[in-house]
Amino acid sequence: MGRIVLDQVTKSFGDVTVIPPLDLTIEDGEFAVFVGPSGCGKSTLLRLIAGLEDVTSGAIRIDGQDATDIVPAKRGLAMVFQSYALYPHMSVRKNIAFPLRMAGMDRAEQDRRVDLAASVLNLTDYLERRPGQLSGGQRQRVAIGRAIVREPAAFLFDEPLSNLDAALRMGMRLEISELHKRLETTMIYVTHDQVEAMTMADKIVVLRAGHIEQVGSPLDLYRAPRNLFVAGFIGSPKMNLIAGAEAAKHDAHTIGVRPEHITVSATDGEWSGVVAVSEHLGSDTFFHVHDTGLADTITVRADGEVGFRHGDRIHMTPRADVIHRFDEQGLRIA
Amino acid sequence: MATKASRTAARLMLAPAVILLLGWMMVPLTMTVIFSFKRYLPMRGGDLGWVGFENYVRFVNSSAFWPAVQSTLMIVGGVLLITVVLGVLLAILLDQPMWGQGIVRILVIAPFFVMPTVSALVWKNMFMDPVNGLFAHLWRFFGATPVSWLSEASMPSIILIVSWQWLPFATLILLTAIQSLDSEQLEAAEMDGASPLSRFIYITLPHLARAITIVVLIQTIFLLAIFAEIFVTTQGAFGTRTLTYLIFQRVLESQNVGLGSAGGVYAIILANILALFLMRIVGKNLDR
Repeated sequence: MGRIVLDQVTKSFGDVTVIPPLDLTIEDGEFAVFVGPSGCGKSTLLRLIAGLEDVTSGAIRIDGQDATDIVPAKRGLAMVFQSYALYPHMSVRKNIAFPLRMAGMDRAEQDRRVDLAASVLNLTDYLERRPGQLSGGQRQRVAIGRAIVREPAAFLFDEPLSNLDAALRMGMRLEISELHKRLETTMIYVTHDQVEAMTMADKIVVLRAGHIEQVGSPLDLYRAPRNLFVAGFIGSPKMNLIAGAEAAKHDAHTIGVRPEHITVSATDGEWSGVVAVSEHLGSDTFFHVHDTGLADTITVRADGEVGFRHGDRIHMTPRADVIHRFDEQGLRIA
Repeated sequence: MATKASRTAARLMLAPAVILLLGWMMVPLTMTVIFSFKRYLPMRGGDLGWVGFENYVRFVNSSAFWPAVQSTLMIVGGVLLITVVLGVLLAILLDQPMWGQGIVRILVIAPFFVMPTVSALVWKNMFMDPVNGLFAHLWRFFGATPVSWLSEASMPSIILIVSWQWLPFATLILLTAIQSLDSEQLEAAEMDGASPLSRFIYITLPHLARAITIVVLIQTIFLLAIFAEIFVTTQGAFGTRTLTYLIFQRVLESQNVGLGSAGGVYAIILANILALFLMRIVGKNLDR
């Protein structure tokens, strides 16, 4: 069981307030992702939950029990660090068994659990190696192994994939998602990568400067971003934000249109501009369009076979039903 | 440095330094070896010709030889034990964030800057003097009879003095090693339920293993040759005559250069045995 409740939690370092009063509930078995730009307080929030930092005020409850003043080891949480934090002088087996050894578990049970975790994570052949002899992805799995043998109430991941290369990152993303489906344990995952957030999360928590900007499922956030920050942060490539006369036509201060919700044409359309760069990904093509009179650059996603080039004048039409409207404060107009 | 010309130039420019260093080492070493096979008494007839291994046999058979080896090893071992144990503890202490950290660190390093002769004199006269020393006053304050440190407890006294000099060195090296310990590892261990003591034993100490072996190696080399501390305190009396001191006595007090040189060659052999032994341990640690 791992229902985690943050109640009016704040954190200050000296005079600097990193987390203003914050409320959040993470349900049992949920995969929650904290996402935001660097320095938004997402890692601090995770460390508060882990108990590696003390809260300045407020309470943290794990399964209804006040855990605010409980030491990290007794909270029943396991953490996977960005640097993996493996113990370099111990073999993989000893690394994974370390929390069990500290808990005073007998050797047979330790071995049973380590072997089980190793087989789940494909580490069986590497148990006698040291972390220094493993690749980045294998080290990552050892760190996860060390977390799962404890059978914790919740897993905490602190940007676990940021040290891996792109291909490996995608593989590990799938593995972690799969692990969550299998274990059905609460997971809290911190990242600055919105793709990781969108693909893995049951619930995304978008943070900026310690504030929660929006909480919701990935598709909720995609379909109905509550403000301009979330609108710009979720979705790749970023949503086009257009202010001025064009927005006024829709009774808004700013309108947002996602690149995938614009159709392009060589002949006619609502807007027009000159292609500055076209990125051909094979399946898709992204056009970065200048001289539209709307914004500096408008990004458009088109089919992979659409072949406009640098300097071509193209016409664009937004899909009317998915135009996001925002007021002067940057808040969504329903 | 890829072309032939640049390699030649490099060799030419390195040559003076290499030749100088080699000469610096080889000339005294060769002379020591040559003298060790001669009967050479500067005040009593000078060079009296070759005598084969006679000096070597006499040096080992002298009643002072084995006690000297023993006290050398005792001083080296004792100082190493004290400096490493206290060095680790001090390094951990100094690693804690505190007010005035910079000044405290400089103060801790300070003893290393004091010349051995000076520090030994200060210890001898200021602390260990049986009449006017601070220790004597302290003992009397508690109603105890003052200890004549340098005659009654000569070996511990010298170990204490030398440890005081070398503790800063050990602390400094171990402090830099501790600072390089990844804090996430300690946090991970904390999450894994390790107590502060377990964290020290399982995380900090293994991390320091390499630094400790380096401290042991470097200190051993220097501790085998300590001389000033003995010269100004006990003059080799009360069981504190080390191999180095014995050689000094043979050469300068007995005016027997040949015998002293033979002792010097033994000292080289002892140092090499120790170094080999230590390199094995270090090598094991550095493999990781």
